[in-house]
Amino acid sequence: MTTTLYTSDHEWLAIDGDTATVGITDYAQQQLGDVVFVELPKVGRSLKKAEAAAVVESVKAASDVYAPISGEVLATNDALAAEPALVNSDAQGKAWFFKIKIADKSELGGLMDEAAYKAHTA
Amino acid sequence: MLAHDQDSLKRTPLHSLHVSLGGKMVPFAGYDMPVQYPAGVLKEHLQTRASAGLFDVSHMGQIALWPKSGRIEDAAGALERLVPQDIVAIAPGRQRYAQFTNADGGILDDLMVANFGDHLFLVVNAACKDADEAHLRANLSGDCAIESLEGRALIALQGPKAEAVLAKFCAEAPAMKFMDAGPHEVAGIQCFVSRSGYTGEDGFEISVPSSDAERLAKMLLDNPDVLPIGLGARDSLRLEAGLCLYGHDIDTTTTPVEAALEWSVQKSRRSGGARAGGFPGADKILTHFDNGASRRRVGLRAEGRAPVREGALLFAHDTGGAPIGQVTSGGFGPSLSAPVAMGYVPTNLSALGTKLFAEVRGQRLPLAVAAMPFVKNTYKR
Repeated sequence: MTTTLYTSDHEWLAIDGDTATVGITDYAQQQLGDVVFVELPKVGRSLKKAEAAAVVESVKAASDVYAPISGEVLATNDALAAEPALVNSDAQGKAWFFKIKIADKSELGGLMDEAAYKAHTA
Repeated sequence: MLAHDQDSLKRTPLHSLHVSLGGKMVPFAGYDMPVQYPAGVLKEHLQTRASAGLFDVSHMGQIALWPKSGRIEDAAGALERLVPQDIVAIAPGRQRYAQFTNADGGILDDLMVANFGDHLFLVVNAACKDADEAHLRANLSGDCAIESLEGRALIALQGPKAEAVLAKFCAEAPAMKFMDAGPHEVAGIQCFVSRSGYTGEDGFEISVPSSDAERLAKMLLDNPDVLPIGLGARDSLRLEAGLCLYGHDIDTTTTPVEAALEWSVQKSRRSGGARAGGFPGADKILTHFDNGASRRRVGLRAEGRAPVREGALLFAHDTGGAPIGQVTSGGFGPSLSAPVAMGYVPTNLSALGTKLFAEVRGQRLPLAVAAMPFVKNTYKR
């Protein structure tokens, strides 16, 4: 059973046990426009909450994606290198960015559920 | 994003049209302008290359220079005191790219100058237009009446289908050649039409009275081959075309020679020419022509997929060493589906194919000096 949580910076996290899959929200991709490049963290990197973990670039600009929680990067989505536009077509599905081993479950407490995130972006 | 007071921003005569078309409005050079429409920057860019795009460039300054003597050559000669171009040689009905230079040989603004027979018609950058007008008044008032054409909008129609679209409203349009410019009726409206633009594509710029601007824009947009294009795609189009953006690729610290704009300075104004010098900064600029400059604006293509953007420092090697230059414009070129950039490098590292590195997020990414335009232009010469 996975639970999806959101950050105020427009990332989503699908929580499955000790693992969180992280991406950017559909709202975020709409704001960014056509994504032309994604840079992902190296597998094995230890991320601290709120540090720049990935970069997503549109024609216009580059935007940082911050680690929503602390933990080690377990896997990254190689499909995004070949097809950055997946972020536009399936932001909250096939276009996940990275999987992280949750270091501190208490950090999840500061995140939003779907209803709260919808209110945040309304 | 910087907060801005929307009420303090100026609006072009097409502002309400932009809003009704779903334009995402942003502050630009003091105006509330559409950066993109719902199609988005990528599609708008490709649309312009494949079909036709309509751009509102009404924020730019339009200025008429009327010779007090009644002789156009007197206005042209006067303007030559401020630019290194041969203005006297611009034939009636033609226009030319020019730069206002300063005493240090730097560039105050770049502009278009057209000969309309009895006066000169100038188009200058939005951010510089007040300073340009003051500069003209301070230096040319003895010879010219300087008229700021506040009551006119400026619409660019660019792309391979621009000619066919405009021909429906302006029968003379197809006969115009690149850099032809003059008064023409468009849909019965008295306009100034030039065959030029800022995309690398064939196309037109149409100066139209503000009161008729929205009506004309809607008529052009009614054609299924035309979509509205925002400032985002305007920037990616001009970057692929290798065209300078004032304040980024050229400014008061870059001479026309450093900026690789030698082609825009005619032989008559260079050393040994009939009217050599006589413009601000001529000593330095002509020295650069005669002896070369130590740095040069070049095109840059990255080996990887990561866009290299404005401000990125350039290095000769993948580790160590001081920066040798800086990127002044850069991004993703939708027509090439690859990153493109331009920047300044030492002249001895400016040869095509020279391998360099750009620092992006702490990493040195390999790139090479490349020919511009990055995308072949399609001007109708």
